[in-house]
Amino acid sequence: MILVSLLETAWHALVTHRMRSFLTMLGMVIGVAAVILMLAIGQGAQAMVRGAIESMGSNLFIIMSGATTSGGARVATGDAPSLTFDDADAIRDLPDIRASAPVSPGGAQLIYGGVNWNTSVYGTTPDYAVVRNWSMASGSFFSEADVRRGARVVVIGGVVARELFGDENPVGKVIRIKQAPFEVIGVLADKGQSLDGRDQDDTVLVPISSAQQKIFSSSLRNRARFIMVQAVSEKRMDAAETAINDLLRTRHRIGVGQDDDFTVRNLTALAETAASTTRIMSLLLGAIAAISLVVGGIGIMNIMLVSVTERTREIGIRMAIGARRRDVLWQFLIEALTLSLIGCGIGLLFGMAGAWLVGWLAGLPVAVTPVSVLMAVGVSFLIGVFFGFYPARNAAGLDPIDALRAQ
Amino acid sequence: MTESAPPLIEVANLGKDYPTGAGVFRALDDVSLRIAVGEFVAIMGASGSGKSTFMNLLGCLDRTTRGSYHLDGQDVGRLSSDQLAALRNREIGFVFQGFNLLPKLTSLDNVALPLMYAGMGREARRRQAQAMLDRVGLGERSHHTPLQLSGGQQQRVAIARALATRPRIIFADEPTGNLDSETSRQVMDLFNQFNRKEGITLVLVTHEADMAAYARRRIRFHDGRVIEDVVTEGVPA
Ligand SMILES: Nc1ncnc2c1ncn2[C@@H]1O[C@H](COP(=O)(O)OP(=O)(O)OP(=O)(O)O)[C@@H](O)[C@H]1O
Ligand SMILES: [Mg+2]
Repeated sequence: MILVSLLETAWHALVTHRMRSFLTMLGMVIGVAAVILMLAIGQGAQAMVRGAIESMGSNLFIIMSGATTSGGARVATGDAPSLTFDDADAIRDLPDIRASAPVSPGGAQLIYGGVNWNTSVYGTTPDYAVVRNWSMASGSFFSEADVRRGARVVVIGGVVARELFGDENPVGKVIRIKQAPFEVIGVLADKGQSLDGRDQDDTVLVPISSAQQKIFSSSLRNRARFIMVQAVSEKRMDAAETAINDLLRTRHRIGVGQDDDFTVRNLTALAETAASTTRIMSLLLGAIAAISLVVGGIGIMNIMLVSVTERTREIGIRMAIGARRRDVLWQFLIEALTLSLIGCGIGLLFGMAGAWLVGWLAGLPVAVTPVSVLMAVGVSFLIGVFFGFYPARNAAGLDPIDALRAQ
Repeated sequence: MTESAPPLIEVANLGKDYPTGAGVFRALDDVSLRIAVGEFVAIMGASGSGKSTFMNLLGCLDRTTRGSYHLDGQDVGRLSSDQLAALRNREIGFVFQGFNLLPKLTSLDNVALPLMYAGMGREARRRQAQAMLDRVGLGERSHHTPLQLSGGQQQRVAIARALATRPRIIFADEPTGNLDSETSRQVMDLFNQFNRKEGITLVLVTHEADMAAYARRRIRFHDGRVIEDVVTEGVPA
């Protein structure tokens, strides 16, 4: 039989039972919409994590002052950070290390004109820009010479630039950080959110020497709360970690059997863990949505079975006037397929609208990819065939005379 | 009808058993007969004598238990279900007592349905179905559904459907059983016309002598056996 005739017959049967067809399709609509939405949210979450990882910089270690217990908690070793600027320099000289920046973090109030703004202040060295792969939107980063001199210069993040300066060009202006005047010499390019959800652009960077003298008024000169280190490549990460540990134990004169007074964390590995957690989460979401799709398929099978029973006489009449078994099989299979694919189409529309809405409300970069659309259509097709086949085969297997006698 | 004309239908020692609670029931037993091209046969007999059973076998809707059935020289018992379907589609038209039209389809679509299974394109089959409806005098009612038609009109649509693929034989099981005498006569006139003018072979079950009088041969069943097989006058077209 010609496909057009089959489609026409199927369409006619579905339109005849409008309400029933609609309710049957609803299962597929919800299933497909859920799958599309969940995949989109999963994709969005993954894209966000990927973006955060990229903005973090690659092949990163963070070395923190203080030991770690076996449980992973950092043990405070008094107020004095154990790491020194010299440690950072020594680490930079290791063969597998590209850059090494000591960091002294804190917070402070910034004032420019009548505007003030509280933000995080990082005292560090030019290597920090290398490690974090941070480029400049305008101006320039401070130099090694600025660090040595304790120059009162500051590089500000995009958020700070906008909050303090609005449309003004910040470069060359003087702001006050805890009353001390600092000249803005550069504005950082925007990075967005970090993995832990902080806004990375709401920060300012100053030479670590100036930070300790003028802002934190710390008595602990030449000491850093942590050191950010970048290895030359992902392959050399393990070797670099061992080398850092050995170097610091030697420099800190830690004997065999004694606990470290520092902790090396592979940030890139942590990020990968976060990424794979997100991946698993989105897979789970997708799987749960897929279950509702299967439930939709069972709904189709249920209705098709009822329909075959109700239309036994019709099947008998069709066979009496020349329908072959395969004609009847196709008729019911196409009907099931039409249900599942129309349901899929409507579900796609709802899913996309939902994804757009979620993206808009949650600020998530949701993405309905062609792959997920194709997948939804493919799965709906398979569901139509799979759940339509059994009822269709029942119909085709009827004996003409028995079917005709049915009431 | 000459002796040398090959029979269109030839059944020999035909038997049909139905399984029942108390063993098998012999609905047909040892029926042998031939029907030639162009005959108009009335099948009569008391209720339960096996007429419908016989018609269903001839119409290739059911399979025989014993004996053989040759239709146009083909051994029907050896045909696959697809081949039987093709036979029902092209060689045979069936008219039922209860019309058996699809209630949701228009007259035109009902008549066009066998043509769809014959693989004919949409436009061609609608044309042919319309022509067929014109022939049975219902050209104006092609867009009515069965529920919008009288019983006699419905049966004429059913006849148009049976004739749509231009089969050589029509089997009609009590086609006037649900109709009053006036409409019955209209339906019988229609059958008679197709038989006389187009040479379509007609086998028709009826309880009524008036209707049987249209036929030129009468076969009577009793308890699953043929007890009478006579040539009669028939009615001129
Ligand atoms: N599917 C079946 N199962 C069991 N017995 C059947 C079946 N169909 C028919 N019979 C029996 O076979 C016998 C013949 O039935 P059939 O329908 O051929 O009679 P009929 O001559 O057409 O009768 P009527 O004039 O009432 O239509 C009846 O006794 C009936 O009870
Ligand atoms: Mg009967």
